[in-house]
Amino acid sequence: MSRQDQFVRSSMPAMSRRSFLQGALAVAGGLTVAGCSTLGAGLVGSEVAPGTVDYWDLFGGGDGVRMQQMLDHFRQTNPQLGLQAVTLQWGNPYYTKLALATVGDQPPDVAVSHLSRVPTLVSAGLLQPLEPSDLEAHGMTPDKFSQRAWEGCQVDGKTYAIPLDTHPFVLFYNTDICKKAGLLDAGNQLKPLNSPDLLIDALTKAKQASGQWGGVAAVNGDTATNWRMFQSWYAQLGGEVLKNDGTEVVLDDAKALQVLEYLKKLSVDSKLMPSSVDYQGAVALFASGKAGFYMQGEWEITTFQTAKTPFSMTLFPNVYGGDTYAVQADRHTLIVPHRSDGDQKRTDRGLTLIRSLLDQSLTWAKGGHVPAWLPVRDSADYKSLRPQSNYAAAADAAVLDPPAWYSGSGSNFEIVVGSAVATVRSGQTQPEAALKQLKQDLQVLADTPPPT
Amino acid sequence: MTTQTIPRSETVEPAAPAQRPRGQGRQAWWFLAPFLVLYALFVIGPMLYALVMSFFNSSMVRPGLGDFLGFRNYSEALSSNAFWSSLWHTIWFTILTTPPLVILAFVFALLADRMGRSRWFFRFAFFAPYVLPSAVMALIWTWIYTPAIGLASDWLTRIGVTPPVWLGDPKWAMISIAIATVWWTLGFNFVLYLAGMQDIPRDLYEAASIDGAGPMKQITSITIPMLGRTTTLVAVLQVIASLKIFDQIFIMTQGGPDFSTRPALEYIYDVSFTDLRTGYGAAVSMLFFVVVLIVSFAWLMIVRRQERSA
Repeated sequence: MSRQDQFVRSSMPAMSRRSFLQGALAVAGGLTVAGCSTLGAGLVGSEVAPGTVDYWDLFGGGDGVRMQQMLDHFRQTNPQLGLQAVTLQWGNPYYTKLALATVGDQPPDVAVSHLSRVPTLVSAGLLQPLEPSDLEAHGMTPDKFSQRAWEGCQVDGKTYAIPLDTHPFVLFYNTDICKKAGLLDAGNQLKPLNSPDLLIDALTKAKQASGQWGGVAAVNGDTATNWRMFQSWYAQLGGEVLKNDGTEVVLDDAKALQVLEYLKKLSVDSKLMPSSVDYQGAVALFASGKAGFYMQGEWEITTFQTAKTPFSMTLFPNVYGGDTYAVQADRHTLIVPHRSDGDQKRTDRGLTLIRSLLDQSLTWAKGGHVPAWLPVRDSADYKSLRPQSNYAAAADAAVLDPPAWYSGSGSNFEIVVGSAVATVRSGQTQPEAALKQLKQDLQVLADTPPPT
Repeated sequence: MTTQTIPRSETVEPAAPAQRPRGQGRQAWWFLAPFLVLYALFVIGPMLYALVMSFFNSSMVRPGLGDFLGFRNYSEALSSNAFWSSLWHTIWFTILTTPPLVILAFVFALLADRMGRSRWFFRFAFFAPYVLPSAVMALIWTWIYTPAIGLASDWLTRIGVTPPVWLGDPKWAMISIAIATVWWTLGFNFVLYLAGMQDIPRDLYEAASIDGAGPMKQITSITIPMLGRTTTLVAVLQVIASLKIFDQIFIMTQGGPDFSTRPALEYIYDVSFTDLRTGYGAAVSMLFFVVVLIVSFAWLMIVRRQERSA
C-alpha cells in the first residue's frame, strides 16, 4: 500500500470522530436551548407554531409582491391568528411537494392550486371536500362566484376548491409603436386582429415601426408559453387534445398542423417574431420597445408597469374562432389539503384566510388576474381598472388544460406538447415531424395506468 | 554515489499487520453496531423494499403495494425512450466531466506543487469552489450563462464570437453544465493529487536531475508512475460521482430544454414523486443501480489492469 492511500484512509476517521462529537453537541445544545424550535418540530414531527394558519403558494414576481400585501393585511386584521406563509417554485416542483407533504400528513392548512390540477389532486385523495355549511358560515356561497369558475371547482357534486381568479393568455401591445404603425382606433385601442392575415399584417407594420421585431413570445426553455399559444388557436378551431380523463389522445392532425404551420410562419418564415428567445429575453424585448406585441399570460403586467413601457392589453387575437372565442387560461384556486385529524378549528382558520384573500380580490386583480369573486368583479372599482378589465371577457371563454392525471399547469402534458411546439417555432423541426413526435409522447402518457 | 533504482511502491509497503489478539473481533462488533443498525434501517431495508415495490403498480397516494405486475415495470422502462435517453444523458455527462476532472486536476496540482511559499494560496483557490453548496454554484453559473447579458456571452461577444445559448440550446446545455461542474469539483481531485505529489520523495527528482533527466522526463518517469494509486482512486471516485449527477441539472435546467439534460436520477425523481408512480420509479432505480454497478466494476478493472502493466 502506498503512502498516499494511507494518508487518505487514516486521516478520515480522526476527522469524522471530532466533527461527529462537535455536531452531536451542537444538535443537543440546539434542541435544549430552542425547545420547540423549527428544528425540534421537524425532528419529532410536531407543529411549528400551533394555532396558526399554514399557507403555501407558488407566486413569484408581481404576484408574489401582491400576495405578500394581502397576507400582511390578513395578519393585521386577524392578529389572534398567526400565519406561516411559504412560497415554493412554480410548476411540478410545487405540486410534488404539496402531494408529498399531504401524503406525509403534514400539509399546509390552505394552499394555492391551479384549477387544472384540482381533478388529479381529488382523485389522488389529497383534498378535503368543503362542507356547504362551513362555506356559508364564512359567507362564501356559490352565487358570489363567477359561475364557470365555481363549476370547475365541483367534483362529483362536492366543492374541493375556492376559485380566486382566471388568468388567460392575452396580447400586450406597445401603444407608441402601434400608434406609429396605424394599428389603433380613434379611442387609442387596438383594432381587432381577427384573422390570420390581419395579425400578420399588424405584426409586419409593428416590425417596421419598432425597427426590430413585430411581436415576441418566449420560445426556448419555456414549454408553458408554447403550449398556451398553441392551445389558444387550436381551441379556436374547435380542437381537443385528450378525452376520457386522458386515456385517449384525440388530437386532430389537420387542425394541429394548421396552427403549427401558422406559428412557424410567424417566427421562422416571416421573421416577424424571434425564433430564439427565452422567457426573460422576451420580456426584455417588449419592455425596451423592441417589439410591438408580446404574448403571455396577463401576470406580466406588473413588469411592464415597473419598466414604464407604454403599453396596453387586450384579448389574445381571435385568429380562427370566428363567432366563438376561445383562449387558453387557468384559474388559481385555494384548497384545503386532506389531513387525517379532521380538526374543525383548523378548517375554520383556513376558511378565514380564504375569505380574507377573496375580499382583497381588487389588490389581486391589479396584477392582471380576472377575479372570480363577484362582489369585486362586478364592482365599479374593478371596471375602471385599466387595462386589466379590457380582457375580463376571456374568463368566460377560458379553455383549461384537458383533465388527465399527467396534465394541468406546469405538468408533463404541458412539457410534452410545449416542447414539440417550441421546436417548430425555433425552426428545429418541421410541423409534421413535431406533430408525430408529440402524438407518440402523448400516447405513452395516455397508455400509462393512472397512479391515482 | 552508486546508482539507485527507484523503489516501486510495493517495496515500501509495511509488513502485514500481526494477528489480532483473540476476542477483539467481538468488541469491534459492538463498536460497529450503531452503524450497522442505521445502515440496515436506512440503506439495506429501503433497498429491499424498493426491490419488492418494483414488481408492483405502487402509487405514492395509495396505501399498500398495489397490483402485482411481475416484470411489467421493467419491460416498460426498457422500452421507454425517456428512460434510455436519460440514462444516456447521465453517461454523456460522465464522459464530458471525468477526463477534464482527472487531467486538469493533475495539471493544476503539478503547477501548484512547483510553487514555493504561495502554494497555500493555490491550494485554497482551487479547493474553494468545492465547498460551495450545489444551489450556490448553480446560481452563480446560471448568471454567467444568462443569454445576451451574462458574463460568458459578454466576453465572447467582445472578442467577436457569437455566443451559444448556453443553457437554452439542447446541444450546448449539457456541455455548459459540464463546464460549471468541472470548475466546481476540480478542487477535490486537485487536493488528492497534491497530497500524492508531496509524498513523492524529493531525492528521486534530485537523482533524476543528476542523471540528466529534464522536467518533462521527470514528470513522465517519476511523478505519473508514483501517482498511479492516486489516479486510480481519483478516476473511480470521479466516475461514481459523475454518474450520481442530479443537483446542478435539476436547479439549472430542470432537465430541459426539451429533456435534453435530464439525467437518470431526475427521471427516477420525476416518475416517482411528480407522477406519483413509485412502483415504476423503484424498477427504474433498480435498473440504474445495475448500470452504475457494471460501469464502476468495468472501470475499476480497466484501471487496475493498466496500472499493473504500467
